[in-house]
Amino acid sequence: MADLSANFLGIKSPNPYWLASAPPTDKQYNVLRAFEAGWGGVVWKTLGSQIKNVSSRYSSVNYNGNRMMGFNNIELISDRPLDINLREIAECVRLFPDRAMVVSLMADNSREKWHELIAQVEDTGAHGLELNFGCPHGMTERGMGAAVGQDPDIARMVVEWVMEKATIPVITKLTPNVHSVVPSGRASVEGGTNGLSLINTIQSITGVDLDTLVPNPYVAGKSVFGGYCGPAVKPVALKMLTTLSQDPVTSQVPISGIGGISTWKDAAEFMLLGATTVQVCTAVMKHGFRIIEDLCEGLSNWMDEKGFKTTDDFIGKSVPTITYWEDLDINYHIVAHINPDKCIRCGLCYIACEDASHQSINLSYGKPYNTYSVIEDECVGCNLCKLVCPVDNCITMVEQRRGDDYLNWKEFQRRGLPLNDH
Amino acid sequence: MSIVNNRLTAAQYEANFSDIHPPFETRDAALVEANRCLFCYDAPCMKSCPTSIDVPKFIRQITTDNLKGSAHTILSANIMGGGCSKVCPVEKLCEGSCVYNLMDEPPIPIAKLQRFSTEKAIAEKWPLFQRKPSTHKKVAVVGAGPAGLSCAHTLSREGIDVTVFEKESKGGGLMTYGIAAYKVTPQFCEDEVNFITSLGGIAIQYNQELGKTVFLSDLQQNYDAVYLGVGVGLARQLDIPGEDLRGVEDAIRFIYDIRTNGFPSTPVGDKVAVIGLGMTAIDAATQAKRLGASEVTIVYRRTQDEMPCTEVELDLAKLDGCRIVWLAAPQEIVGENGQVTQLICSRMRLGEPDASGRRSPVETGETFTLDVDMVIKAAGQMPFEELVNANQLENRKGKIAIDGACATNLSGVFAGGDCVNGGKEVVDAVQAGKDGAKAILDFLNGWDG
Repeated sequence: MADLSANFLGIKSPNPYWLASAPPTDKQYNVLRAFEAGWGGVVWKTLGSQIKNVSSRYSSVNYNGNRMMGFNNIELISDRPLDINLREIAECVRLFPDRAMVVSLMADNSREKWHELIAQVEDTGAHGLELNFGCPHGMTERGMGAAVGQDPDIARMVVEWVMEKATIPVITKLTPNVHSVVPSGRASVEGGTNGLSLINTIQSITGVDLDTLVPNPYVAGKSVFGGYCGPAVKPVALKMLTTLSQDPVTSQVPISGIGGISTWKDAAEFMLLGATTVQVCTAVMKHGFRIIEDLCEGLSNWMDEKGFKTTDDFIGKSVPTITYWEDLDINYHIVAHINPDKCIRCGLCYIACEDASHQSINLSYGKPYNTYSVIEDECVGCNLCKLVCPVDNCITMVEQRRGDDYLNWKEFQRRGLPLNDH
Repeated sequence: MSIVNNRLTAAQYEANFSDIHPPFETRDAALVEANRCLFCYDAPCMKSCPTSIDVPKFIRQITTDNLKGSAHTILSANIMGGGCSKVCPVEKLCEGSCVYNLMDEPPIPIAKLQRFSTEKAIAEKWPLFQRKPSTHKKVAVVGAGPAGLSCAHTLSREGIDVTVFEKESKGGGLMTYGIAAYKVTPQFCEDEVNFITSLGGIAIQYNQELGKTVFLSDLQQNYDAVYLGVGVGLARQLDIPGEDLRGVEDAIRFIYDIRTNGFPSTPVGDKVAVIGLGMTAIDAATQAKRLGASEVTIVYRRTQDEMPCTEVELDLAKLDGCRIVWLAAPQEIVGENGQVTQLICSRMRLGEPDASGRRSPVETGETFTLDVDMVIKAAGQMPFEELVNANQLENRKGKIAIDGACATNLSGVFAGGDCVNGGKEVVDAVQAGKDGAKAILDFLNGWDG
């Protein structure tokens, strides 16, 4: 049995799964239920000056019958009184001392306010702090949240204020609403943060109601940009995470990965690209805390199969495989192969290749079933047919190297090798 | 033993004849299935539909909440797409070729989805089609069945003024008169006919029978073209002793009576034998059982491998408790006081393949006897040979002969559907009507200039 335990800057948890700062972590009732279900830790919903929320608050994107493929919200930080939050945090720490208790913070814009809030939170016995530099709505207009995270200089300054006071590990949560997360990530590290987490939600409009003509979510005839999350944002989050893992400055601190994690596979991918722990929210908002069981069991089975004894054995392992385009091997060539025994004659590969790619699939007419085969000389090995095929392993990509040696684009140009003639 | 009506209570009739393929109850339920559709290219389902309905397109339109578009996609290919969604043997057409079958997964319920779109269109009378301005050309269509109505609708959309002559008092042909009530109700058939004629430019004259109240020569004279879609209708005779006894009925008549007179008024025997194993035989056998017969025995000359009905239909009969006797051919119907009491059958074995490619039954010399009080003949339907000959129409054993352009030997007279092919599915007749309309339009345009 693989050891799933995590150690993030000395914050220990029995597994790498934390609940992200969000509605599931805004009160003792939820957090105790989460811990009972088996969650490794929580990031308590952001504390600061108490605010008021609106109704409605959420909207989502469905895709082909699947609900909440993407999800957005216009909620603000905790709308509960600070003293109640602090009391409940202390109680949760007391009842579940083996679980990670990180508290998300967003103080008003002054050193004193930050110091005051940090002192109050540390008194609860919490294990760490997460600075909310990422909330994309509501708080930004007040100069907080993403307004801090989007400006590296401000981020550095606030982190410095925090580090003057904090005695427990500090994690800075970055906003994705920037052209690159690296500058604010670097600034935070330079300011002294002990760790980073990302991504917060992405500014979004999930859609427009075609009856009312008002975008979602609807609040008395109006809407605002919300924060987008859920499975749809995972690829964006993975890319941003990887840029931190590659950077010489930001890679010096541990990272907690966030963004669309719904399954153990998602978690493994985040960890392979450098995340020490992962945070989950939307999947729990959709399915409840019970998903922790498969998150743990699936990861454990996979680790056993791969021979990984601890999570440290694979954290960051895929980072070196992300390279620069011009270093890719041009001699590597694959062509599609359709297994006629598995093919169900749906024609999806054919029409995709015909209309969107390289006209490399031959259609042999039949009634009612056509037969499809790859024209290998025309196939560029783009993967599109394999991606659209509804049958697993029906289309496989077979390696047919163009040359034995490794040849990248720079070398290709240097040798003056010929480009396509059609 | 006797043949009586009113065997059941009103509640029993209702239960026995309720919709055999209930529709989706909610949009969500339809979406679960619609979203399974892979949106195949050059889709096998579409190629297996005689009217070439663009199935992937109409299903995709359900998923995008474009139900009007979906209904239009279906009905522009098949104006009786509503009725066909209830009566088509989809297991051997669209659904039978769904690629999910090749994955050993249940096919997309295409018919049920087609019903989801079309039933709403018909119920809410969506004006999905618009007529082109009248060309002042006139076409007479004989027969308001699937072929005739399909032809009339296609022509009227092109601005032709169409008059349909129908011998019955309602339109729809076999859809209205010849199909089991648990598949399609008379009310739906009427609504469907009204939906078709709501386009305008189609006037149906009921109770007008060719050769009796309306004559081909007059139609040729008064219209720019004539389309014959008169169908088939005469039950094939068994040509065995006792066929004229009381209690011997043909399946078409039996089903016609159920549909026109209602369930309580239709008499049925206690022990019923049904001869034949086509779709009509199944409809007759199952409905005899559902009307209250205690025993229904289907007698078929060949084996399951040769049967003309689909397996789905056979299962329907079996689930209704009908008994099937394979390799049995009726030899004689025996009666007392003019009333059927027994059916004597020959036991058969399979011999050499016949013209249809099926192995033909050969007598073994053995016989057996069934005690019955009713015999329903469903051994196929015959074309109106006499009528066809009387009008000097070239034909093959009563089936009207047409050329590649649906034209008969008489100038300006076209034909299609069961009266040409001898009897196929509703969906085949709809396509024949479309083909006929196209041929007539070409003919009229050529005539123009």
